Amino acid sequence: MALPRTLFDKIWDSHVIVEKPGGDALLHIDRNFVHEGSFHAFGALAKDGRKVRMPRQNFAVADHYVPTVGRDRGLAAVEDDDARHMIGLLEENCRVNDIVHYGMADERQGIVHVIGPELGITQPGLTITCGDSHTSTHGALGAYAFGTGASQLKQILATQCLWLKRPKTLRVTVNGKLAPGVTGKDVVLAIIAKIGTAGATGHVIEFAGTAIRGLSVEARLTVCNMAIEAGGRAGMIAPDDAVYEYLHGREYAPQGADWDKALAQWRLLPSDDDARFDREVTLDGAALEPMLTWGTSPEEALPVSGRIPDPQTLGDTNQRDHALQALAYMDLKPGMALTDIQIDRAFIGSCTNGRIEDLRAAAAVLKGRKATIPAWISPGSTPLKAQAEAEGLDRIFLDAGVEWRASGCSSCAAMNGDSVPAGQRCASTSNRNFEGRQGKGARTHLMSPAMAAAAMITGRVTDVRKLLASSPSPSGRGLG
Amino acid sequence: MKPFTTLTAVAAPFNMANIDTDRIIPVRFLRKLRNAKAGYESYLFHDVRFDGEGREKPDFVLNQPAWRKAGILVAGANFGCGSSREGAVYALLDFGIRAVIAPSFGDIHYANELQNGMLPVTLPEEICRGLRDQLQAKPGASLAIDLPAQTVTDTLGDIHPFMIDPVYKERLLKGLDDIGLVLEQLPAIEAYEEKYHASQPWLV
Repeated sequence: MALPRTLFDKIWDSHVIVEKPGGDALLHIDRNFVHEGSFHAFGALAKDGRKVRMPRQNFAVADHYVPTVGRDRGLAAVEDDDARHMIGLLEENCRVNDIVHYGMADERQGIVHVIGPELGITQPGLTITCGDSHTSTHGALGAYAFGTGASQLKQILATQCLWLKRPKTLRVTVNGKLAPGVTGKDVVLAIIAKIGTAGATGHVIEFAGTAIRGLSVEARLTVCNMAIEAGGRAGMIAPDDAVYEYLHGREYAPQGADWDKALAQWRLLPSDDDARFDREVTLDGAALEPMLTWGTSPEEALPVSGRIPDPQTLGDTNQRDHALQALAYMDLKPGMALTDIQIDRAFIGSCTNGRIEDLRAAAAVLKGRKATIPAWISPGSTPLKAQAEAEGLDRIFLDAGVEWRASGCSSCAAMNGDSVPAGQRCASTSNRNFEGRQGKGARTHLMSPAMAAAAMITGRVTDVRKLLASSPSPSGRGLG
Repeated sequence: MKPFTTLTAVAAPFNMANIDTDRIIPVRFLRKLRNAKAGYESYLFHDVRFDGEGREKPDFVLNQPAWRKAGILVAGANFGCGSSREGAVYALLDFGIRAVIAPSFGDIHYANELQNGMLPVTLPEEICRGLRDQLQAKPGASLAIDLPAQTVTDTLGDIHPFMIDPVYKERLLKGLDDIGLVLEQLPAIEAYEEKYHASQPWLV
C-alpha cells in the first residue's frame, strides 16, 4: 500500500519533473502571475535575450501601483511618473511576451490574489507562483501557492519551472465552532499570535479542523493570505464542495466533461487520514475573540478585550526588545485597554479582506451609521466593485460618509500614493503592521472588516459585537 | 552571478529580531531602476537611517564611523521576513553587504540572497548574540567567513561552523545561474509537460 500523504505531498509529487540527489527538485509551475512590480524580472529576461516560455500559463494584472480614484481618466490619473511608467511597462512586457493582461481599464482588473480565484485561474492541485509574498492566498482552494523574488520569477518566466527544496509541513488545526462576530481574519491573527512570525518558517501550513472547514471560501482566502505572516512558505486548505461550488462556471474553470474529470482528480487531493505532518499546532476556535494588532509585527496581536502588554513581562528577549521598539513607534503604553486606542482613519480592502463577504460585513456595521474619521473602502476587484454596487453596498458606504474607491492594493502596500500620514493611527484590514508599511511614520492596527467598520464609527478600537448589540440601529444583525 | 568563496569584512551588529524587508527597503523605492549608474545603496534601511530631511541619523549603526564600510551584518532571528521584494537584496548588495549572519531568515528573502550571490549564514541565537557583543565591544572589527569550510571566525579567533545545504553551497561557490541549470533538463521538462497536459487539457 502507498504511504499516506498530505495534500501538500500529493501536489508536490505530481509536479516534480526531476529530482537531484540532495533533495533539489525541479518543479512544474502551473500558473504564474505578474504585476507592475515584476519589471525587474522582465528586464533581466530581456537582457538575456529570452522570452516567456509558456505564455498561456502566465497572467498579468495591474494592481500594486494603480490609483483608486479617477480611473476613468486612465493613465492620466497616475500622478507619479515612475508608477505610470511601470503600469505602461507591464502592458508592453505582456504584449511582447504574448501574456494575457488585465490592465487598469479592464473590467476584470483587481488585486492579483483576488482575481486569480475569481476568474477560476486558481484551482485545486495546482502549483501557483507570483512575485508577491501573499501568493499564499491561492492555497485556500487547495493549491500549493507561494511568492518568489525577482530572480526566481525570471526563472519561471523563462522556463515555467523552479528548482526547489521540499519544505516541511505544519498542520494547524482549529477545532470547535467560531463565535458570532469572529472571522477568518481573527482566526489567522490568533494563529500568528500563538506561533509567531517565524513560527512556520521552512514549512507549508495546512489549516484544518472544524472551524476552518466551516469557513466560507472567502474567509479561507483570508486565512491562507496571512500564512506568510507566520513565516509559512505557503498556506493551504483541503478542497471540498464549498470550493467546487465556488469554482464552477468561472471563466478559467474546466467546463463540461473536463469539469467532471477535474472534479474526480480534485477529490483525491485532501490529506489522507493517517498522513504525517512534521509539526502540529492546535487551537480552540470556540475560545477566539475578534483580534487586533497593537505593535509593529503581525504576531503582536491580542483579543479586543485585552490590554497592551508590559514588554518586561514577555518571556523571550527578542519579543521584549521588539515590543519596546514597537510601543515607542506606536506611541502606546503598557496596561492600556485596547479599546482606549484612538483611531485617526480606517481602511477596508486588500488581498486579505477585499472580497464580497468582507464588504457585506462592513456594510452590516455601517448601515444607518456615520463614520467619524476619514474612511476608505477599496474592493478587491473591479467585478467585485460592480457586484457590491448591484447589492447596494456602495449606497450604505456613501451614506455613512465612507469613500468608495476603485480596486487595487491601495493602502495595504501604499505604493500608489494611498498612504497613511505620518503619526496617524489606521484601523486596517490589510496584512502587515510593519513600521512605515502604510506610509512613513504610519501606525497600523490590523483587524477584520467588521472591526475596522466599527472603528470608522467610533473613532477608537471597538468590539464590533458590543457596538451591534448596544445600538438601536436596524443593522444590529448581520454578523453571522 | 558572482561566486562567493571567502569574505573577511567589517561586520555590523543589528540587535533586533524580525527585521522585515519593508524596513530594509521602504516600498517607495521599489519603482526605481537599478543599473550600473544608479544602485540601491542609498535606499538601504532608509527610514531608520535618515531623518525627514534626508540627514543621517547618527545613532543608526551603519552611520557610525566604524561600520560605514560594513560588508557583513549580524542580526537577530527571522531576518528579512515579510515582503518578497528582491529590492531588499539589491539594497544590501549595492551598499556592499555580501553576507548576513542570523539565527534564522524569512524563507523568500533567504532564497533571494542566494539568487544574487549573497551568503545567508545561519548560526544559533546565542552565537549570534555573542558575535554582536564582540562587535559592539570592538567597533569596526572584522569577521571572516569561509564558505568551502563552512566556518565563521570571530574577533577572538574562535571558529563557528555553520550548516548550509550542499546544493546552495555549490551554486554560490561556482556562481551558477538557475536558468542554465533548468535548461539542462529541457528534454525531461518537455516530456513531463506533454504527459501532464494530456491528462489535464483544460490547464492550457
